[in-house]
Amino acid sequence: MKVIKIDKQNWTGGIDKSRENYQIFGPVKDKEHFVFKKLNLKEYPDMENALSVLSPKSILFPQSEKILAASLDESQDDHHIMKRVATDYSPRAVIGIMPCDAKAVQLVKLNFDTDDYRDPYWCDAYEATTFVGLAVNKPSIYDFTLSMGSGPFAEEGLDVLLVDCKDHFLAKVLSEKGDAFLKASGFTSEADADKSAKLINEIKNQAEKAIDAEKVKTEKLKEKSLLELHGASFWEDLSFSCINCGTCTFVCPTCWCFDIQDETKGKKAVRFRNWDSCMSPLFTLHASSHNPRAEKVQRVRQRFMHKLKYFVDKYDQGTMCVGCGRCVVHCPVNIDIREICNTMNSYEAEQA
Amino acid sequence: MEPEVQQKNKTDLVFQPQLARIERILPQISGHRLFQLKLINEEAAEQFSHLCGQFIELTVIGVGEAPISISSPPSRPGTIEICVRKAGVVTSALFKLHPGDQVAIRGPFGNGFPLDELKGKDVMLIAGGLGLAPLRSLLLSILDDRASFKDLVLMYGSRNPNDILFKYELLGMMNRTDIKYFFSVDSDDEGIWKQYVGVVTGLFERIEVNPETTFCALCGPPIMYRFVIQELKKKKIPMDQIFVSLERMMKCGVGKCGHCTIGKYYCCTDGPVFRYSDILDIKEAV
Repeated sequence: MKVIKIDKQNWTGGIDKSRENYQIFGPVKDKEHFVFKKLNLKEYPDMENALSVLSPKSILFPQSEKILAASLDESQDDHHIMKRVATDYSPRAVIGIMPCDAKAVQLVKLNFDTDDYRDPYWCDAYEATTFVGLAVNKPSIYDFTLSMGSGPFAEEGLDVLLVDCKDHFLAKVLSEKGDAFLKASGFTSEADADKSAKLINEIKNQAEKAIDAEKVKTEKLKEKSLLELHGASFWEDLSFSCINCGTCTFVCPTCWCFDIQDETKGKKAVRFRNWDSCMSPLFTLHASSHNPRAEKVQRVRQRFMHKLKYFVDKYDQGTMCVGCGRCVVHCPVNIDIREICNTMNSYEAEQA
Repeated sequence: MEPEVQQKNKTDLVFQPQLARIERILPQISGHRLFQLKLINEEAAEQFSHLCGQFIELTVIGVGEAPISISSPPSRPGTIEICVRKAGVVTSALFKLHPGDQVAIRGPFGNGFPLDELKGKDVMLIAGGLGLAPLRSLLLSILDDRASFKDLVLMYGSRNPNDILFKYELLGMMNRTDIKYFFSVDSDDEGIWKQYVGVVTGLFERIEVNPETTFCALCGPPIMYRFVIQELKKKKIPMDQIFVSLERMMKCGVGKCGHCTIGKYYCCTDGPVFRYSDILDIKEAV
């Protein structure tokens, strides 16, 4: 494993150098919150491991994205033909992404990049992106990544893993894309492999100790009966306080659902896709007025069953939750996926 | 999957609809019309093929897109027939269009009924209301290759005698001896109905089936499935010989957007046709 040493005094210079070949995305402070965004010149990613309000999923999957457009002007040769909108898919690097958010991208990929239908928008953005992660030295109290198949130093989905070692970063090179990015940034000074591995391991062990991996359990989810979990009486209690605001779905790094809407202004028709939320009753409403999930309890059950059971059964790649903790932090009524996960995992059907 | 098809699906066409012309509009019952569409690109029109039970995503350009099942059988290529109820924004806009006007379509999507599996079997089609739209594709496919199938039964329930879709087409087949019809209407306020009045499940008293060789295909309003399946259970028809075509709000049609999830399945790609035995442990399915 190649490890590059990056002195912090060279950090911003390297980022600037990489801008010649990459668009740079990263977390920055916006008022009191952190957001992931495209960084302009003189803007640098905040390397403090702060949990951004929204996950970086929007870099591949914008909250609102123009997907097709057509001219309705009949004097144009191609009028009424809906065509893909030109989008900039030049190389981009996401710097400072948390390891669990990078894993989330891999889970979302299972949906968007399938053998039968490849989603061209998401996949093109994915292929253009290099993921430069920042290991989480001091996990927050909401971090339960170790329970969800990720961790503060997990490498899945990353091209580079940066480890903050006070006056320098150690950069583990995890893919060719990552290697290319570091070269383009002028970060080429190789660290001693053994020494750096040892140091990274020390920091990693320290970080992992801060998370109680036993607090959230998932190991029995797969063996649970679908019908029993679906019919469990706890859903009424768990969903009682939900106000269907949809916050959990928007802040979630693995929620991929979207709506498709057309908008016409003058002679131009545009088709958008926008993040959508299964918490909204409109999500499943038919034009006939029939609604398969009209009740709140059905929608709350759907969201958690999807994350913690349907996905587990369908892909056999763990839960569709990476343990970032955003929904726990931001839910206005304190619905806690960690508790729900444990409830599901330990559920035994009521005796008839 | 054929490599060629896979290649097609790897392109932008996954989301990009192709222009089609409305060839004819045939009025059905109140609020329902049959639209005959043809892709404008001749090559695409020639290549278009579908399975009974599949659907298209229909765009009224500048308005929006909606999933609509295909009513024409694969055995009659050339035009794509869709039977549409005026219900939402897109279908309301569609009803303002005329023959010669353009729409755009994506697809066909979904899996369709397993026609080959039904060959050599008794087939029972059970439709309620607009549920006949996708089943008509299957019905006509069977009639176009009638010798390949054994007994054919169509049970069709409508709200009232004025709500029977494809009325003249069905009347035209009445003299055929190789298909048994059972019609029901929920109510007959005008007193003109000579056949069964009541819900479609009431028709089951009138039929004898051989459960070993009978395969069923169902499509209708959501309330219908549970009750019809109860009747089929009473007739001892095995669960894996029952196929249900389910409806959900399919936005993308290609298993991405999440609107049509039924348990771990996407209705648009894993369905809309499901073998009933495959969805027994999904309570929300029917």
